[in-house]
Parts: sequence; structure tokens; C-alpha cells
Amino acid sequence: MSDKRILEVRNLKKYFPIQKGVFRRVVGHVRAVDGIDFYIKEGECVGLVGESGCGKTTAGRSLIRLLDPTEGEVLFTPHDKTVDMAALDKQGLKQMRQDMQYVFQDPFASLNPRMTVGRIVSEPMKIQEIGTHKERMLRAGELLEKVGLSASQMGRFPHEFSGGQRQRIGIARSLSLNPRFVICDEPVSALDVSVQAQVLNLLKDLQDEFDLTYLFVAHDLSVVEHISDRIMVMYLGRIVEIAGASELYETPKHPYTEALLKAIPIADPKLGRRRIALEGSVPDPANPPEGCNFNTRCAYATDRCHKEDPSLQPVKGSEERMAACHYVNELELTGFLVRE
Amino acid sequence: MATNKERLLDVQNLETQFRTEEGILRAVDRVSFHLNKGETLGIVGESGCGKSITAKSLMNLVPQPRGKIVGGKIMYYGRSEPMDIASYHHNSSEMRTIRGNEISMIFQEPMTSLNPVFTVGNQLMEAVMLHQKVGKREAKQRAIEMLAKVGISTPEKRIDRFPHEFSGGMRQRAMIAMALSCNPHLLIADEPTTALDVTVEAQILNLMLDLQDEMGMAIIMITHDLGVIAGIATRVVVMYAGWVVEMATTEDIFYSPKHPYTKALLQSIPKIGNRERLLSIPGTVPDLNNLERGWCYFAPRCPHAMDICRQKEPPLIDDNGGHAVKCWLWDKEFVGQQNDEHPAEEQAKTAEEQTH
Ligand SMILES: Nc1ncnc2c1ncn2[C@@H]1O[C@H](COP(=O)(O)OP(=O)(O)OP(=O)(O)O)[C@@H](O)[C@H]1O
Ligand SMILES: Nc1ncnc2c1ncn2[C@@H]1O[C@H](COP(=O)(O)OP(=O)(O)OP(=O)(O)O)[C@@H](O)[C@H]1O
Ligand code: SF4
Ligand code: SF4
Ligand SMILES: [Mg+2]
Ligand SMILES: [Mg+2]
Repeated sequence: MSDKRILEVRNLKKYFPIQKGVFRRVVGHVRAVDGIDFYIKEGECVGLVGESGCGKTTAGRSLIRLLDPTEGEVLFTPHDKTVDMAALDKQGLKQMRQDMQYVFQDPFASLNPRMTVGRIVSEPMKIQEIGTHKERMLRAGELLEKVGLSASQMGRFPHEFSGGQRQRIGIARSLSLNPRFVICDEPVSALDVSVQAQVLNLLKDLQDEFDLTYLFVAHDLSVVEHISDRIMVMYLGRIVEIAGASELYETPKHPYTEALLKAIPIADPKLGRRRIALEGSVPDPANPPEGCNFNTRCAYATDRCHKEDPSLQPVKGSEERMAACHYVNELELTGFLVRE
Repeated sequence: MATNKERLLDVQNLETQFRTEEGILRAVDRVSFHLNKGETLGIVGESGCGKSITAKSLMNLVPQPRGKIVGGKIMYYGRSEPMDIASYHHNSSEMRTIRGNEISMIFQEPMTSLNPVFTVGNQLMEAVMLHQKVGKREAKQRAIEMLAKVGISTPEKRIDRFPHEFSGGMRQRAMIAMALSCNPHLLIADEPTTALDVTVEAQILNLMLDLQDEMGMAIIMITHDLGVIAGIATRVVVMYAGWVVEMATTEDIFYSPKHPYTKALLQSIPKIGNRERLLSIPGTVPDLNNLERGWCYFAPRCPHAMDICRQKEPPLIDDNGGHAVKCWLWDKEFVGQQNDEHPAEEQAKTAEEQTH
């Protein structure tokens, strides 16, 4: 891992309009991503976790411009030159997509059922007009072998493969242009544990081999901890904590992180039947609460939390850790490993 | 051991098949297990191993017209007279009164089990009125209470929404509310929390435990998540390719598993604080279509596979203490024969050391 920041995101926002009536009048906005700042270093794997609907997919898609951000900068430096992905036109985007790729959440829905696997994997090269048909197919075969499938399976269709194999096909496709940076949106969520382990190992191997940088989106905290160097925790469109993977689990600095850790299911019957559940549910992102947006569920909330919105601030005594809580340096929170 | 008096369910050699284009698919292959009143049994296994079809068989709801229970018994002791669910027509009046009343199921696919043209509230109230003989007003009140109980905020507003206006998690919670609204003897929950966040999952599992304490219903919890099983089940059935390959108390499954598949499953889960390379099981579950019997279906993926595993189906070996395993390595007779040349248990031990 180098110190070079391959990605630097500043105040990224994505609002979806809520429309009503026959004239489709805009009556409000879903603040799916509400001003996030972070960076990713070259060769790093950064995990992004949070409950369903907190904006992980929207954030990932806004980075690569599958969605157009409402506001903010996405500074991407795959080689020497830095570009703002958020400001690129179509032509510029097409070029940048060579270096930034996306692996979709659902291995069943994300592959075109009428295309052969060879075509699926070589499609990005075709769009970029790289090589002849024959060269592309040759490369597709190599990629399939790389992800543990066989080049002889190129003529088959997606439905002839299992979920894990389909996810491998999606990964092969995302690697076909030799990207520098890959956004993996829940790449193993739909898979069985044994197959999940195969795909996680594969992602790690490919990262080593091609010096890839990952943004790894997931809601399974054990999976994220396993693969990530650093982890970002998202809540209601905001990043509430950023920390090294083991730091985050040992000494969380945000009450939401603590709550998430308490809810992790552990495959050990001695560790208590009842997990401590975070009460309530995520508020509607169209009407986030005043003040700190976690105040409706936070066990430590005070009056101040209902008035002032905490910003993501550095944690005392640590260079890279950040947390968005007024009491970040005062609260004594319980980590995962401390729990008996 | 429990006496028959405490028994709620005795499944004996259950066989459920599908007729497919290619021939016969044995989704549930001679499955046996029992369930006592108030107990929680976990069923785990990878996708396609027959968990849902086992559950649907118990409800006599095998997908028609291609699916059929072709053998075995499902003895149900929830009434004054024992009855064999497998022997009734799926649409008989007995089955219709049992389903949703005495045995209730939360299905894996919430979207297909909620009707898109009715509000969530309507469907909940319908379920309540059907099973509890209360009026509309009271049904509505109960529906609101149930929605609140499963963690849906502002239930009095949300009750008038349609399923598509709910998030996936909320839909699944509504389903759970519906299944629990009739106070069943047995709740079969097919991956009820798989689509949910850990936070909501913890809420729902706690809710299920609370309701179990309160109402004493038995639960069959189907999941592929061993973490969920560890937290809720008292006994566990491990399925593979339509077979029960291991069955034991939750403690035994986690601390002294016997079947190579169970061991491999336990080892392939990422554990927090351990960033070592994960142990994965090579290959995938076999295609059940026209799968020929007469060998161990796990052999292509098993680190201990021996010749006999490819030639003969392993027997289900019970240690009489309730720990059963379907694997040649635990067959005393076979191991005895092998003792001089290939002591199988030794072999298993060394292989195990290698994988650790
Ligand atoms: N196209 C859209 N139009 C309107 N709202 C949207 C759209 N896409 C997403 N949203 C809303 O934005 C919020 C964030 O959604 P997003 O899919 O990014 O969440 P997520 O963290 O990826 O969740 P999950 O874990 O369920 O995948 C949600 O409230 C969602 O309903
Ligand atoms: N309607 C059907 N027609 C034909 N085959 C079916 C049908 N439903 C299920 N099967 C087959 O029966 C087998 C068992 O399926 P089942 O749904 O019980 O698996 P499962 O263990 O619940 O898997 P998952 O974890 O994916 O839900 C599978 O091989 C499946 O393909
Ligand atoms: S700012 Fe207040 S409400 Fe927000 S996380 Fe911190 S203590 Fe909780
Ligand atoms: S019977 Fe043989 S192949 Fe099957 S699980 Fe046992 S050792 Fe492995
Ligand atoms: Mg998502
Ligand atoms: Mg199922």
C-alpha cells in the first residue's frame, strides 16, 4: 500500500427528488448521500458498512457516475493525472471507466441472461473498442481462468452457473480493462458461506496480483473486517466513523458503531442467546432528525444532540480516525472483542 | 430423551421429489428428525440443499403440480389424536385448519407471500380475523400492535401502505407479524432474517425468543447462517443435497462436529479478529437433478473421501445420545475392517490437523 491517495471524495451528495401529483411536482428530497468526505490510498481495501438504505450503493454508484452526484467532488488519480469524476462529460467518463470498475450486488440480476459468458466478460473491452473480437475472446478466456472458471465455459449462459460462479463472472468482467480501482457492492452477500469464502479469497488474491484498490460495500461486519484495511461506517447518508479495521472493532468511537458490533451474530452458542438489539429503525432519509441524525436511537443522546449536528472530527490521539459525535473523546464505548 | 407426550413432530424418512424436464429431483431424501414442544430446532445448509422444501413438506405445501411427498411420515402430535400430515391431501380441510393456525410459516420470499394489491394492514387484519374470531376494530388494533412489535415505526400510519411501499426489511417484518398473529404451536421460519440488517435481525430474533417464552410455541428455524443458529436453536439438523448429514444439540454441532461438511462450514465463516485466509469448501453442491444414489454426495468436496464413499451411500449413524452423522468415517464396522490398513478415524484426525 502506498501513501498516494487514489481517490479523494469531498462533500459528495446525492439527493433523489420526491415527486407528487400529475405535474410531478417536487415535494422533497431523499438525502441518500448527504455530504461525505473520505479518501482511499492506492492498494488499500476500504470497507463501507451500514444498515440497509443508509446510502452505500448510492455512494458507490455516484463515485463511478452510474448516478450523477448532486454536489461534491470525486478526485480520482489512477496514474499521475487527477480528474474529478463528478465533473466529467460522457467521453471523459468512458475513458475513466477503464480504471474504475463496479461489481454489482446481485449475481443473478447483473448478468444479461441472453449473452454468453464470453460476451459478458469481453463487453467492456468492446465498448472501449479494445482489440479485435478474437483478442477480446482470448482475454475473456484468460480472465475466466483467473477467477477459477474455465475458458472452455465461455460459450455457456449465466443460468448454467451457480451463484458463486456467476459472481466470479461479474468479477472477471470488472477486471477485463485492467482497472486500478474496483467498487465491490456486496459481492458475497448472496452467496453461501463456503462459496463466500472462495470469492473473498479470490478478491484478496486478485488484489495482490494486480495491486488493486477496493471499496468494499457490505452489511456483514465479519466479512468486512476480514477483507478491509480501513472501515467506514455509514448512517442515514453520512459517514459516522472511519477507522482501521481492528481499531474499529476493538475500540469503536461512535455509538452507532458500538450498536452494530453488539448485534453481530456469532457462531458460538456460549456467547449468549440474546444479542443486544439497537432499538427502532433507520429514520426516513427524506426527513432526517434535527441535530445529530442518530439521536432517535442513541443511548447517549443529550439535549445538545437534538440541536447541533456533529461533524466528522478527528479522534484525539489518532491520526486517521474520525467520528461524527459530540462526545467522541468522552464516551467509553464497548468493542467487539471485549464482549464476553 | 423426550417421551412421546412432549413430542410435537416426528418426521420419519420423508421423501419429497420433483418431476423435472430431466427426470426426478429428490429435494428431500429420507429425512428424519423430531421436534419437542416449545423447542427450537435449527436447519442449516447451503443453497439448494432442501431446507425450504423440507419446511413446505411439513406444511403439506409442496409446489404443485411437479412436487410430491412420495414417502415417509410427518407425525404431528399437536391435537388430541396423532396425525400423519403426509397422508392428507394438501387441500384437505384438516390441512387448511392446521396451516396458519397451529403451524404457521414465514416464507423466504416475502414479496411473493404478500399480495401487492392489498394494504399490509388489510392482509394482517384478515389473518387475525380468520384465526382469532375478533371484530374488525380489534383486528386492526392487534395488527398495529404486531407491526410495532416487529419494529415498524409509526405503525398506525404504515398499516395503510401497500407492500411495495415497504422496504424489503419492513416487508419481512410484516410477514413475521402475520405469522405470529395467530399464536401457533409451531412456527416454521424460513430464513426470516436473511434479507435484514444485523440490527433488525437481532431485534427479530429477540422478539421470537420473547414470544416463545410467552406462548411456548416450538420453532423450526431455517437458515444458512450459523451465527443465527448458535443464538436461537437448541438442536440442529445439517442438510446437504437433500440429506440430513448431521443432527445433534447445538453445543455438539459447534464444539464437537462430526461430519466433514459441518466442520468445513464452521471453518469457512469469517471470524472477527482473525484475518487469516478463509478455509473454503472447494466446488459446489451437486445438481440434484437425476442424481444417482449409491455414494456420498459430499465426496467430490470432502477432504477425507475414501473409495467406499464413491461406491456406497454412507449410513446414518446414531450414537444413541441423539448425535447422528451420515458418514463412513463414523461407521464402527467399516472403521473396524479398515483398522489394519487405513484406520479411518486416524485418517480423519490427521486430515483434520492438516486443515486446522
Ligand atoms: N432511484 C432512487 N430514487 C429514490 N430514492 C432512492 C433511489 N435509490 C435509492 N433511493 C433511496 O436512497 C436511500 C439509500 O439507498 P441505497 O440503495 O444507497 O442504500 P444501501 O445502503 O445500498 O442499502 P442496501 O444495504 O439495502 O443495499 C434509501 O432510502 C433508498 O430508498
Ligand atoms: N418448484 C420446483 N421445481 C423443481 N425443483 C425445485 C422446485 N423447488 C425447489 N426445487 C429444487 O429442490 C431442491 C431443494 O430446494 P430448496 O428450495 O428446498 O433449497 P434450500 O435449501 O431452501 O435453498 P436456499 O438456501 O437457496 O433457499 C433444489 O435443488 C431446487 O432446485
Ligand atoms: S452526537 Fe449525540 S446522538 Fe449523536 S451519536 Fe453522539 S451522543 Fe449520540
Ligand atoms: S462418507 Fe466419505 S466422502 Fe462422505 S463425508 Fe464421510 S468421509 Fe467424506
Ligand atoms: Mg446497496
Ligand atoms: Mg430456501
